[in-house]
Amino acid sequence: MNRQELQTAADKARQQHGHYKQKVCVCCGTSCMASNAEQVLQHIQEALKENGLDQEVEANLTGCMGLCNQGPLVKVLPDHTIYQKVTPADADELVKAQFVAKQPLKEMLLFADTRPEPFVNANDDPFFKKQHKIILKDCGVINPEDIEEYLAHDGYQALDKVLTSMLPEEVIAEVKHSRLRGRGGAGYPTGLKWETVYKHVNDQKYVVCNGDEGDPGAFMNRSVLEGNPHSVLEGMMIAGYAIGASKGYAYIRGEYRLAIKRFETAIKQARKMGLLGRQILGSNFSFDVEIRIGAGAFVCGEETALIASIEGRRGTPSPRPPYPAECGLWGKPTLINNVETYANIAPIIRHGGEWFSATGTAKSAGTKVFALAGKIKYSGLIEVPMGTSLREIVYEIGGGIAGDGQFKAAQTGGPSGGCIPEQHLDVGMDYESLMSLGSIMGSGGLIVMDDSSDMVDVARFFMEFCMDESCGKCAPCRVGTKMMHDMLQRIVDGQGTQHDVERLQELALYVKEASLCGLGGSAPNPLLSTLRHFPHEYEQRLVPPHALVATGQTVK
Amino acid sequence: MAAITIYINEQKIAADTSQTILEVCKANSIPMLTLCHLKGLHDIGACRLCLVEIEGVNRLLSACTTYATDQMSIKTATEKIQRYQRITVELFFAERNHVCAVCVANGNCELQDAGYAVGLDAIRYPYLYPKCDVDTSHDWFVMDHNRCIMCTRCVRVCTEVEGAGNWGVMNRGHQVRIISDFNTPWGESTTCTDCGKCMHACPTGAIWPKAMAQGQLDKFPEMIGELVEKRKLLTAGG
Repeated sequence: MNRQELQTAADKARQQHGHYKQKVCVCCGTSCMASNAEQVLQHIQEALKENGLDQEVEANLTGCMGLCNQGPLVKVLPDHTIYQKVTPADADELVKAQFVAKQPLKEMLLFADTRPEPFVNANDDPFFKKQHKIILKDCGVINPEDIEEYLAHDGYQALDKVLTSMLPEEVIAEVKHSRLRGRGGAGYPTGLKWETVYKHVNDQKYVVCNGDEGDPGAFMNRSVLEGNPHSVLEGMMIAGYAIGASKGYAYIRGEYRLAIKRFETAIKQARKMGLLGRQILGSNFSFDVEIRIGAGAFVCGEETALIASIEGRRGTPSPRPPYPAECGLWGKPTLINNVETYANIAPIIRHGGEWFSATGTAKSAGTKVFALAGKIKYSGLIEVPMGTSLREIVYEIGGGIAGDGQFKAAQTGGPSGGCIPEQHLDVGMDYESLMSLGSIMGSGGLIVMDDSSDMVDVARFFMEFCMDESCGKCAPCRVGTKMMHDMLQRIVDGQGTQHDVERLQELALYVKEASLCGLGGSAPNPLLSTLRHFPHEYEQRLVPPHALVATGQTVK
Repeated sequence: MAAITIYINEQKIAADTSQTILEVCKANSIPMLTLCHLKGLHDIGACRLCLVEIEGVNRLLSACTTYATDQMSIKTATEKIQRYQRITVELFFAERNHVCAVCVANGNCELQDAGYAVGLDAIRYPYLYPKCDVDTSHDWFVMDHNRCIMCTRCVRVCTEVEGAGNWGVMNRGHQVRIISDFNTPWGESTTCTDCGKCMHACPTGAIWPKAMAQGQLDKFPEMIGELVEKRKLLTAGG
C-alpha cells in the first residue's frame, strides 16, 4: 500500500460508515462480554433488521466505555445516549423506543437506578463531563476488530505523516516537545528515552511494548488493547521509525485473552494492508510486530525481566546499567514503553507536541487513565488531565463514597504505591505531587477506601502480593518481603510489639535501597506510606510492653 | 578498553573500562564482601553484598555488575553499606536452616566467613524454618536445600563451564529452589555429568560429597576461574 491508497481506503471507510445516520455501540470489553454483550449485539442487530432500520442504523461492537459495573453498555451515537445493564431480551424494546418512537428508554439510561435525573446525553453526566480523552477517545466508539473504522478516525495518518515529512530526529523532537512521560509508572521522559536508543548505533534495534499490566485492580492497558489496538500498534511503528528499529514485540500478559486476540487481529489486518512489513507506505521503512504472551509473573513487567522472558529465559531482572536502551533484547538497543505511552504517540504526531503539552501540569503533560475502584459509587475507567485533584476524581467523577462510610484513603500505584489520606484529598494527580506524599502515580490503579478499611491489613495485603511475586533472585527482596509480611501479619493478629515496628521500618528502608530491581525497590511503599499517614493504627494494635511482662512473654 | 582513573574510598586508582568495580577492588586489595560472585562465571548481582555508593548515582549498585567509568567516585564501606551488609547476612541465616555445628562446610564456608566479616553475633529477625528437602539420590553427592542461599553459582557453573545444564531454578520468592533437570531426583538426572564442579562452586555446605563428616569439606572454588582461564588459553593457542 502506498500513501494514495491509504487515503483512498480512509475515504472509503468514512463513506461506508457515514452512510448510516446513527450508530449503536455495544461494549464488548472483557467485563461486558462476561455479562453477555455479544448476544445483546446480536439481538440489537436482529431487532434493527426486523424494524427495517438496518440501512439507517449501524450496530457494532466496540471497546470499553469505562463503566464496567453497569455493563453490558449500549451507546447510541451521535446522541451519546448510554443504556446500562442491557440484556438480550431488552434489545427489541430498546430499538423500538430509541429509533421508532424516538424516545429514549428512561428506565434503562445510564445511572437510572442511582441518579435522580439520569442524563440522556451521557457526556453531560459528571462521570464523563470531567474527563478529557486522548487515549480513550476512540475507545468505545470504533470497532477494535476492524482496521477500516480506525482508518476512518484518522488512523495511521500519524504514521503517514512521519514517513513522508519527518526525519527520525524530528519525530523525537516532537515527542520531547510534548513532554510526554512514561505511563508505566516511573514517569521517565519518553522523548529522552527515544533519543538514547536512537543514539546507540546498531544494525538491529527493537521496540517493545509492555502490556504486562499486573497491579491488582488495574485494567487500563487491557482496555486500550481491547478497545483500540491499532493506536498502540501505530505508536510502536512510529517509535520504530524514530529509533531505527525494524522489529517490535508486544508483551501482553496471558490473562488478557481478548486483548491478545484483538491485538493479533490488528497486526494481521495491518500486515494485509501493507501497513506492517517491508517498505511501508512506499517509504524505506520496514517494520513488523510479534506478540509475546506473558505467563503470569508480575515481575515480568520490570523491563529487564520482560526482556529475559521474551528471550525465553526465566523472567528475572538483571542489574542496570546496562540499560535496555544500550543492551536490551538479545543484547541490542531496545526501546521499552508502556501500552498507554504508545497510545499517546499518534495523537501527538497528528496534533503536535504543543497541543499535547497544553493539557496537564507544567511537569506532567497530557492525560492519565485511571482504573477507579474500591468503595466508590461509580467505579470504572477514567481519563483525566494530569494534575486533576483527587477530590474531583473521587467526589465528582466517582460520585463519592458508596454506602454510608467516610473517605479514609486512596491507594495509588498498586503494590508499588502508597495511600493518600483525607487531608491530602486536594493533591493534584501528577508524578511529583504523588511522590511527595510517599505514593507514586504507577500505572494508574486508584483504589478508594472508606473508614471500614484497616490500613495495617492493607499494608499486609500488598506485602503478601510482593512476597508472592518476588522472583527470588536477590536476597533483600526474597527474604525481606517475607520477613516484613510475617511481622505485619503478627501486628494484624494483635501480637505485634513495638520491636516489630522498629524492625519493619529498618527492613523497609533496607529492602527499598538494597534490592536489585524496582519490585523490591518499591515493595515497602504501601507499608511506609501507611506508617507515615496512619501511625496510630499500628500503635493501637501493638501489645503494650507491660502486657508482655504480665503474661510472661519476652520481647523478641 | 581504555585506561581510566577512578576513586575508591578517596584513593586514586588506575583502572580500565573493561573492569567491574569489584575487579578493581580485588586488584587493589580493597576488601569487598561477595557471595554470588565467582570468578569465571558471569555476574548477576543477586546477593547484594557488594553494594557500593557511587557519587552522582542516587541508588546503590552492585560492584560485581557495574563497570568502572572515568572519574567515578566510589565508597565501599560507609555506615549504611556496612549496616545493609549485616542485614543481608542476617537474612541469609534466618531464611533457611543453617546449623554450622553439624555442617560439613563448617570452617570452609563463605556464608560463615561473611558472618564473621560483618560481626554477626545474633540474628535479629525471626527464623523462617522452611521445610527443605535433602536430595541424597546421587551416587556421590548430596544436595541439601537447608543450606542453600540461592546464589545460583551451581546453576551457572553447570551451564556456563560444564555445559551440562543440570541445575535450574523453580518457583519464586522465598519458595525458590534449585532443581535438577525438571525437578527430579539428582540421581536420576539425564544431564548431570557427575563432574562435581557445582560442589566446588557452592559457597556453603549445600552440595557436598557423601561420606563426609562435620567440618571435613574441602573445596576449591578458585578452580572454576582457573579452568575458564586455561580454556581461553587453549582456544587461543589451538
